[in-house]
Amino acid sequence: MQWRRLSGAGSAAERIVPPTGITARLTVFTAGAMAFLAVFALALSFASGRLAERWGAELAQSATVRVSAAAGQLEAQTAAALRVLETTPGIETARALSLDEERALLEPWFGPDMPFDTLPVPQLIEIHESGDGFDAEGLRLRLQAEAPGAVLDDHSRWREPLVAAAERLRMLGFVAIVIIAGATGAMITLAASAALAANAQVIRVLRLVGAADGFIVGAFVRRFTLRTLAGAAIGTLAGMIAVALLPGDDAGGFLGGLGFRGAAWLWPLLVPPLAGAVAWLATRRAAWRSLRELM
Amino acid sequence: MIEFKDVAYGYSGGDLISDVSLTLAPGAFYFLTGPSGSGKTTFLKLCYRDLLATSGQVTILGQDARAMARDAVAQTRRRIGVVHQECEFLDHLSVAENVALPLEVADKTAARQDLEDLLGWVGLAGQADALPPALSGGERQRVALARAVIMSPDVVIADEPTGNVDWDMSLRLLGLLVELNRMGKTIVIATHDLNLIRAAKAHVAARVLRISNRRLVAAGVDL
Repeated sequence: MQWRRLSGAGSAAERIVPPTGITARLTVFTAGAMAFLAVFALALSFASGRLAERWGAELAQSATVRVSAAAGQLEAQTAAALRVLETTPGIETARALSLDEERALLEPWFGPDMPFDTLPVPQLIEIHESGDGFDAEGLRLRLQAEAPGAVLDDHSRWREPLVAAAERLRMLGFVAIVIIAGATGAMITLAASAALAANAQVIRVLRLVGAADGFIVGAFVRRFTLRTLAGAAIGTLAGMIAVALLPGDDAGGFLGGLGFRGAAWLWPLLVPPLAGAVAWLATRRAAWRSLRELM
Repeated sequence: MIEFKDVAYGYSGGDLISDVSLTLAPGAFYFLTGPSGSGKTTFLKLCYRDLLATSGQVTILGQDARAMARDAVAQTRRRIGVVHQECEFLDHLSVAENVALPLEVADKTAARQDLEDLLGWVGLAGQADALPPALSGGERQRVALARAVIMSPDVVIADEPTGNVDWDMSLRLLGLLVELNRMGKTIVIATHDLNLIRAAKAHVAARVLRISNRRLVAAGVDL
């Protein structure tokens, strides 16, 4: 018989709140949608973080010397600059780019038909730093003295804003997660308050038969937490599938890097318990407030 | 058991009842009568602390109603069974689950045999799995009575329990309440049905309280 379930631990308490209603569907849908968005925000944060690290690491380890001189002096200036670089502590390698390499660098901007030989294109020297790096200011002074046409570009001018932008993007992702959690809490509070108002009869009956406030709160909190967990699990799964289906690295650019790598795939699994915790807190608060308004 | 000292209760328009002083004795049987709107339901609600007196003191099962913490109110209501004229249930739960609800909220287990015996006692042995909306008025009253007594309360309060049922069913419900009184329970029944009070005389020494002009007066055993 149906009433036998009453004797099962906690089973009737879970069923005391009527199972149907718009608030049930609203809670599941809200939790699912928010979890889906949270997964994307998380993916954005991870991708931004990776980008910042990559830009920072790649660019921090390299620099360029640009040698500009009259046609007859370019080789001598380049050789002088290379000598300076080879004797500079913190520089692992210094190599002058070949004409073909320089042509390849300029081709995206000027096209393949550029009359490269007729243009006063400066000679580029690529530098790779060793572990501790070099003293940029000291090197500039030495180049100025020994190869006046050589100018050092250690990339810091444009590397730092890029890394900062990527860091901010990562922070934005985390802020989005916090906002999503807050919005989830607010919506679940509304849904729980609506459910409490809609179930005034249930509350009246429970109080009449001697239910303590904690019991009534527990019944609603359990129901809303479980609904939120279910919705968030569905939303998280959908979000993870959507992220997995995004174009891979071969698509190039930022979009190709949006996603999780390796153990980072475990992070989205935190979204459902987090959503459950938010629902637990929000419902508990709403339920206690509603009950305290009653005598 | 339940004691009123100079109790008044009123809304913004003035007192509904006032100067009420009496003690509901353990094991006694009370009828509370008076015209509609005279304050019978208000008096009963003061008895189980659904309302707080605007002045005076109500002591329920040894506790000052005004000083009771919320959990203490819940505990007290487990010792007072209440039956309303408009019985309210959890409509999505079966009759048996509704009857066992007081046990559930008190974290106690409902033994199947006890539930069956109780439903049999109120004449609803075959209705355990029915849902409340499918029940007649008399059946609902009996389910409410079964729910009110499942915790073996010290006091049973019934507010117009026969208001929605025919005379035969009224007598049947009265018989159940008399039976409970013989088990030592204090019974308080609010009714405007004087025939019911007269019918009770044959079975129990009922005390009749009447609310008239906001005052509660003892009408004695006889009307």
